[in-house]
Amino acid sequence: MSIVTEFTVSALILLGAVFALLGSVGLARLPDFFTRLHGPTKATTLGVGAMVLASALYFSATQPGFSLHEITVMVFLFITAPVTAHLLAKAALHRRGAKRREELK
Amino acid sequence: MMRRILPRPALSAAIFLLWAALANAASPGMLLLGALLALALPFVTRPFWPDAPRLARPGTALRLAARVAVDIVVANWAVARRVAGPLARLEPAFVEVPLDLRDPFVATILASIVSLTPGTVSIDVDQERWVLSLHALDAPDPGALIREIKQRYEVPLKEIFAC
Repeated sequence: MSIVTEFTVSALILLGAVFALLGSVGLARLPDFFTRLHGPTKATTLGVGAMVLASALYFSATQPGFSLHEITVMVFLFITAPVTAHLLAKAALHRRGAKRREELK
Repeated sequence: MMRRILPRPALSAAIFLLWAALANAASPGMLLLGALLALALPFVTRPFWPDAPRLARPGTALRLAARVAVDIVVANWAVARRVAGPLARLEPAFVEVPLDLRDPFVATILASIVSLTPGTVSIDVDQERWVLSLHALDAPDPGALIREIKQRYEVPLKEIFAC
């Protein structure tokens, strides 16, 4: 593996780690449920995206042929992440509505 | 005739490519299995699929995908700075985006794009009033956010699916 690929892979792993960390920091620091939703959506997109790219690059460089199954990880994550965020948001909104109806009684 | 063997050519192509990527090594046996799956799965899953509108402009679709990818990186950076900075300055807001498109499938794509670009999470697509409600982490000017979403994503989506 050449020095350039080695540095690129390291940079991508670090970038992914930093964004995963920032996603968790957001989850811990932000004040309420809806703002907290934004932390994990970030960690899955850029954080996991960068790490998966690093993996594809590393195994393409060290093994014969291209390593592409990492791309499927990204594809499935990008399809499923909005669905979970949507379901969580909807459930929270529903609970909030129920609480408000309870208070009005 | 073609339609009978391949009821959804785009879905078949996607399954085949996904299988090839998953197998990671393109041996003839794996590719044959992928081709069989690409032929069989659209038939088996046909009752579940909504009637998706036709892809009218594949070129614009690729351009939109590239723009979304760039936006994800840029917006990640912007949100990361806000999360690490002083939280009192944030102005979270529920925003309602009135939609011009009238197709449930395309509206779902728009909602997913909004959720993937950090800083906004879509909450609901109201198919009676055609309003996309979303939550924004920091939206001092909701009007500008609405205009941006409509211009950047909804206009190209309407072009791509011709709806």
